Parts: sequence; structure tokens; C-alpha cells
Amino acid sequence: MASRILGSGIKRREDPRLITGTAKYTDDIVLPGMVYMSVVRSPYAHAKIKRIDTKKASAMPGVLGVYTGQQLKDAGFGPIPCAWVVPGSDTKTPPYPPVAIDTVRYTGNAVAFVVAADRSQARDAADAVDVSYEPLPVVVDGFKATQPKAPQLHDGVPNNVCFHWHVTGGDVDAAFKSADVIVKDHIINQRLIPNAMEPRGAVAQYLGATGEITLWSTTQNPHIARFLISLDTGTSEQKIRVIAPEVGGGFGSKIPHYPEDSMAIFASKMLNRPVKWTESRSENYRATIHGRDHIQDVELAAMKDGTIVGLRAKVWANLGAYLSTASTGIPTILHGLMLSGVYKIPNIHEDVFGVFTNTTPVDAYRGAGRPEATFMVERMIDLLARKLKMDPVAVRRKNMIPPFTDGYQVATGVTYDTGNYEGALAKALEMAGYEKLRKRQAEMRAKGEYLGIGLCTYAEICGLGPSQVAGAVGFGGGLWESAIVRFHPSGKVNVMVGISPHGQGEETTFAQIVANELGVGVDDVEITHGDTEKTPMGWGTYGSRGTAVGSGALMGAIKKIKDKGKTLTAHLLEASVDDIEYADGKFFVKGSPGKSKSIQDIALMANVAWNMPAGLEPGLEASSFFDPPNFVYPFGAHIAVVKVDAETGEIALERYIAVDDCGKVINPMIVAGQIHGGIAQGLGQALWEGAVYDDDGQLLSGSMMDYAVPKAAFFPKFELAMTETLTKVNPLGVKGIGETGTIASTPALYNAVADALAPLGVKTINMPLTPERVWRAIREARS
Amino acid sequence: MKHPVSITVNGAKQVADVEPRLLLVHFLRDTLGLTGTNVGCDTSQCGACTVFIDGQAVKSCTVLAVQADGSKVTTIEGLATNGKLHVMQQAFWDKHGLQCGFCTPGMIMTACDLLQRNPDPSEEDVRHGIEGSLCRCTGYQNIVAAVREAAAQMKA
Repeated sequence: MASRILGSGIKRREDPRLITGTAKYTDDIVLPGMVYMSVVRSPYAHAKIKRIDTKKASAMPGVLGVYTGQQLKDAGFGPIPCAWVVPGSDTKTPPYPPVAIDTVRYTGNAVAFVVAADRSQARDAADAVDVSYEPLPVVVDGFKATQPKAPQLHDGVPNNVCFHWHVTGGDVDAAFKSADVIVKDHIINQRLIPNAMEPRGAVAQYLGATGEITLWSTTQNPHIARFLISLDTGTSEQKIRVIAPEVGGGFGSKIPHYPEDSMAIFASKMLNRPVKWTESRSENYRATIHGRDHIQDVELAAMKDGTIVGLRAKVWANLGAYLSTASTGIPTILHGLMLSGVYKIPNIHEDVFGVFTNTTPVDAYRGAGRPEATFMVERMIDLLARKLKMDPVAVRRKNMIPPFTDGYQVATGVTYDTGNYEGALAKALEMAGYEKLRKRQAEMRAKGEYLGIGLCTYAEICGLGPSQVAGAVGFGGGLWESAIVRFHPSGKVNVMVGISPHGQGEETTFAQIVANELGVGVDDVEITHGDTEKTPMGWGTYGSRGTAVGSGALMGAIKKIKDKGKTLTAHLLEASVDDIEYADGKFFVKGSPGKSKSIQDIALMANVAWNMPAGLEPGLEASSFFDPPNFVYPFGAHIAVVKVDAETGEIALERYIAVDDCGKVINPMIVAGQIHGGIAQGLGQALWEGAVYDDDGQLLSGSMMDYAVPKAAFFPKFELAMTETLTKVNPLGVKGIGETGTIASTPALYNAVADALAPLGVKTINMPLTPERVWRAIREARS
Repeated sequence: MKHPVSITVNGAKQVADVEPRLLLVHFLRDTLGLTGTNVGCDTSQCGACTVFIDGQAVKSCTVLAVQADGSKVTTIEGLATNGKLHVMQQAFWDKHGLQCGFCTPGMIMTACDLLQRNPDPSEEDVRHGIEGSLCRCTGYQNIVAAVREAAAQMKA
């Protein structure tokens, strides 16, 4: 039965090409006459460029061209645009030249680029470009950069403050005056490196005869890339085709429009040949965006019984040296508006300072702003519980928003769609055996062993989002989606969508939706994405919006197909259209299911058009645009159980329980996979990962040898369950699931370690919680 | 100065003159066009480039093409036989052991090597056995399930 396809964990149709090595990623693209590009990058974090000598490089074997930022500029290639300027924040957007012209502002900043006949010749020649620098003072810390006498990065940006944004709900100062208790913390939500397994790449092909540009790109959003490229390369949008072939993970790092896109296009224009650029991993660590990097001062005010009355925070968000595509929206809209978490917090105020430093630009990394908010809230809840000697579960329940189905507005102004937070929490506690765990903890403590139980109850904002809101919050684009459903005469279906999945499995998920709704075999549906020439406009796959928004467009097109099918069936069966019903691939006359036409009959009749009612166009194809009326707010409860060795500081992750609610589940196997991966990345932040700069702006964690991308043996088997609270924001009731695991797991794990060490009087430990840091904190607390 | 090499790749003898510095992974990808083997790092951490050399899993970014002269190399493209997926490929598909797929070719080769050495690995054995390959998408849970499923299939 067709209706069973929705909600079933059918295997992914993406996989056969991926497990056999036949999938084509950007670096696998080979074109006739293709040549290779290599980028010369600054070894200094902040310096004046005195001279660029390209003579030696130009004369090297195979070299076809050596280019500088000035040449790009002279050819009309403009600065990389920042696509998100949050209103009311006095945001300064200093120019971000794709290749530095007179000043470099982070190590890895491009200063020149070379094109040669093969990869190694290009790289050799890049090494031979002689650049003279005059080093300038460096600042890498988001707070220190705002202090008097700090080195200044950009003209017209005093104290390196790019913006000051705030969110206010209620009267937070009065709340703090009335409170019985106040807890405070100074949180460093450290900088992370996204580490999509496929580094970035680009193949640019300029056709001089037609003026067309084709760019194969490792992008999460080819349509946005085309739009932005048209703005800064001086090429008309209709002449640009962006193809996202197989893309090997993104996690936000492949949203931005990057300088290398411009360089490759420029070089292809210069040489009239296809140009390929492929990032090395150590290049990726410096030239691809980083995530997080907040310094947060947080206070929570409450009454003696645990009722929270206010939350107040001041945040310094490190933006890096330049504004990447969406960077200013992350620590503001996607962060500050979620400070109520799953709780009734009537009074909230947060000031956010976006700060320039001599570091790689910071932009969206899985969770993007929400992990920084959730960590803050969940950490404060636990500190409050400790202060009041209450169980952290009790404090959560005391303040939790009760179940709701028709919207709940929090003090920051956003309205959550639907939620049953207590339901998820109860399920997680039951799975964990919470009472037993607490008993075991007490027994172990008596023996001097340190077991910790950490909770995180979260809601997050995703499924970005209504376009009207996007405009109101300064996002430089829309956030709707579109889809085309096309029936062929044989009854087979092509679907073209604007989203651009890169591992999330929507070719399968969307085929399930079409099969379920239109009663065709799942294998009779082909899903096409990731090519601006083949697909209708879409705003991309990020912010857990692929299914949440994309399925809305798909359902709209499906409805149009059904409506047209009804009209044609009524005509063919000489019935009134009001009497035609549709179910499971059949149009039939109400009350007489024998009088029917299959959807395949209708597809054939509509396509041959031998007998159409007056006014009905031939063909069975529909296009639909979907702009959601609200964001979606998935939620859940996660519990981490750890054992800390007080002698070595080592943390053993014993169990990890996750209950998540993403509304209607279309493919439970894929949903679980998203949760697994999300948890692993969030635990990575808590325990192992961190981008580290020295005071000179050198990236010490500059390769995979130095940055701890988690391995298989780092994790236990995650224990998962789901609850299903549908949203009314889209036709299927689906919420996003791509980021929940990352948002929830960092605070759950941190809270578990803090809980384990509570008897030792250990105060804040900065993430990642490496054995050395834990050991030092224990030693400090004991002395 | 180029050096002649003769390497049997997926059963077919390949003869070429290569630069001494050419890595085996670039020989496979650029010279032979076998792009199933991926490059994910430059420090031999990620394992995306893992292939079999004379029956053993090796990161092909740590081997020069000239070092592989005379050897037999199997890549992901050579794993299926007569259009039938290898048990390990099938298990990765069945158990959702991949998402973006970039680490997958190397991960599958690593997993095959593990089962050669330990045909009946525990969950713990698998987690340690695939440590040389990184995956950023799956949290490894379904990769572990896939490898154990393949082990069970091979025993049956």
C-alpha cells in the first residue's frame, strides 16, 4: 500500500553510486583543456602587502597565469558581498576583497593565485610567488579586540566592533532586583572547524562565444551562489549556471560564496579554458569558515522555589577578519531569539557585540547560533539547580512551557509552533532509568568515584523560514522553496526541487512523499536537485530547511496535480468535478469506486490531450512555491552519563540517550542517521574539538593532526527515541532534524561532567573538556 | 625525469611513466580516472583514500606511485564483481552506513581489511578497527552496524 511508504525506513536511492565509487564530486569533474589553480595565502595574520613579485612564478613550467587582487578589481570583480545585515545594529560592512590588495587580515587570506597545466605545477608556482609583507599588530580574541589600544582591522570600524545588537523582552533589571537568587557564569563557546570530509572545490568554465559561465561548486545552495556571483563578477545571472554535483558534507561551511569562486571564474575568462581548484585540508582549515567562538557573560535570576524570573547576557561574537555570507545573522537572530529555551522566562535581555579579529571568517556551522544559546540556557539551569540544591530535572519541570499546539510566544518575541517538552523529557528519563542512575551516583560518590548525569532539554528554531521575516531581520534573500512535478505519458514522474541536499537523503525522502501522495511506485519517481539550469529557484539546504520547507513546495505541486487529475477525470467519466475523489493513485466517482481512472491513465490522457475539457491545458505538470508562515521548532531531551577519573581527568562516556521530536517522520532510518551525526559533532565540541590561534594569529590546530575530529572509538552506541508532535507550519507537519543533535549534546555532556565533579567543588572548565583541563580543575578545587 | 611503473589495478595491468613525487592516490584519480578513491586531508588522518595494495588496506596518500610498482591494487571500483555488490557495500547500503558518501569508499576498504583480520569483531573491535578512517556525517553508529552485519553475512 502506498500509504505505508511515508514513515518507512526504506533504503536510500543515493547509495548505489556512493558505495561503488561512481558518484562525481567536484574534484572528480574533468573537462577537455582543463587547467589547475592554486592560491597564494598569507602566512601573516595582519600585514601590509609591500610588493608581490610574480616574475619567477610566471616563468615556471606549465604556468599559464599569475594573478593578483588588483587585476581582479581592475576586471570589475567586486568584493565578496555580505548577505545578512541585521537591522538596528549599526552593522559595518568593510570591503572583503576576494584577493587582498594592500592588507592581509588573517593567515590564509589570499594574496595571489596561479594557474598551470597541472596540479603540482600550479602549486610549485604558487610557492614561488614572492610577497613582501610588513607585519602589523594582531588580535585574535573577540573580547580583547574591543579593548582600548587593540590593533584595528578596518577603517571606519572603531574598536573592531562590527555591530551591537540586542534583544529585550520584559523588564530584566526589575526581575533581577526582585530575585531571591542569581547565578552567573563566564562561558567560552569555543571556535570550531566544520570539517566536512570533502574539502571545497570549484571548476569554472567560461565560454567566450556566448559569455556563459558554468561553475561546478561544492555548495549547499547553488541558486544563492549564482545570485551572489552575478553581483560580484559582473556577469548577468541568466548567463551563470551553478552545479552542485555530489557534495561531501557541508555543515554550514559550504553555504557562503567564497573568494575562490571569483578567482576560478576570472582565470577561466582570462585563459578561455576550464579552471579547477581543489582545496587541501590544511588550506580548508584556514580558508573555509569556522563556527561558534562566543565569549558570554550570563546571569540567571530566580526565586527560592526555582522559578526563573530573568536572564541577562552579554556576548562577544568573534566574526573573524571579514563578514562571510551569513555571519552577522548567526550570533543575533539565530542565537538571541532562542534564549528562552523550553522555559517560561518572562524577562530576557542580551547584548551581542560582533567583533572583527585577525582570524578566519566565522559563519554558520551546524546549529549556527542555537548551540551557543542552548548551551548558555542549559548551563544556567544546572547552576541554578545546584545553588538551590534542587534536582536539575525539578528545576526544568518547574519552568517548562506546558504542551501547546497553537503557538507559544516567548519573551524574545518569537512564537514556537508546537511543543510537548515534558513528553520528551519523561521519555528520556525513563530510558535512562534516571532514579536508578542517581542512586548509583550516590553509591559511587561514597566510594570516591565520580559519575555524572547531564541533561539538556531544548527547542530550536529552524526550517528557515518565512521570507517576510527574512526581510525584516536583514537577510538578503528569500527563504521559500519551489518544486516542479512532471508526469510523463507513461505515468513516470520527474521532480525538480530548489533545495540542494548533500548527504541528507532527500532524493529518497522526497520520492517517498511523491509515491505516497500520488500512488506511483517509489522507483517511478526521479528527484533532481543541485543544478540551477535543471531545477527551479530555491534558497538551499541549511538551517534544517530542506524537508521542512522543501516538502511544502512539493506538497503544493502534488495538490495541483491532484486537482487537475480530478478535473480531467470528471470530464472523461462525464461526472461533476465535485463528485470526484482521489485516494491511493485513483480518481473515482464518490460512492462508486468502480468508476475510476488511475493516475497513470490520467497522465497519459493529459499528455496526449486527445480529449480535454474546454479550458484545461494539456500535460500533467505542476510547479509550486512554498513560503512557510513560521519557522519550525523541533525539540527534545538528551541525557549523558559519564564517569570521570579524578586522578587523570579522563572522561568515560558511558551512555547517551536522545529523545527528539521533529514532527512527522518520513523516513525513520534517515532521521536517526541525522541525529547520530549531530550528536557526534556536539560531543566533539564538548570533549575534543577546538580551533586554537596563538597571539600572532597562527592557527595552531592547523591540520587534522592537531584538530581532534572524533573517531569511532570515542563514542558509545547512542540510545535514540522519537516523539511525534506535528507542526501546522507545513502540509506534512514535519520539522527539521539536521541540527538538533549538535544543539543538544554539547550542554548535555558538559552538564554531566559538571555534575560528576560537583562534590569536588570544581568551577567552570572551558571546553573542550580534555583530561588535562579536567585534571587541572580538580587539582585547583582540591588545593 | 619520469619513471615507468606497472601496477595492476582492479585486475587490469596499467603501465605509465610517472613523476617520482606522484602519490598513488593521484595516480589512481588523475592518471587512471578512478575517482572513487577520495582525498580528504593532507596528513594521512582521514582514510578517505584507503585502497588495497596486495590484499592489505593502505592509505594511498602515503604511498608513491613508484613504490606501488609491480603491486596489485584494488579500489572501491574493483570491489563489486559481475555487477554484484560486495557484501560490505551491500551492508553499508542496508544499514544506512553513509550520508554524504565521501569517506565511504575508504571506509569500506578499511572495513574489509578489518574483517580479513578479525572475521567476528565485537562492537568495540569495529570501533577501534576503523579508527584510521574519519566520518563527519554518521557519528559512526550505522557504520559499526554495517560492518557487523557484513561479518554476520560472510560467516553465514
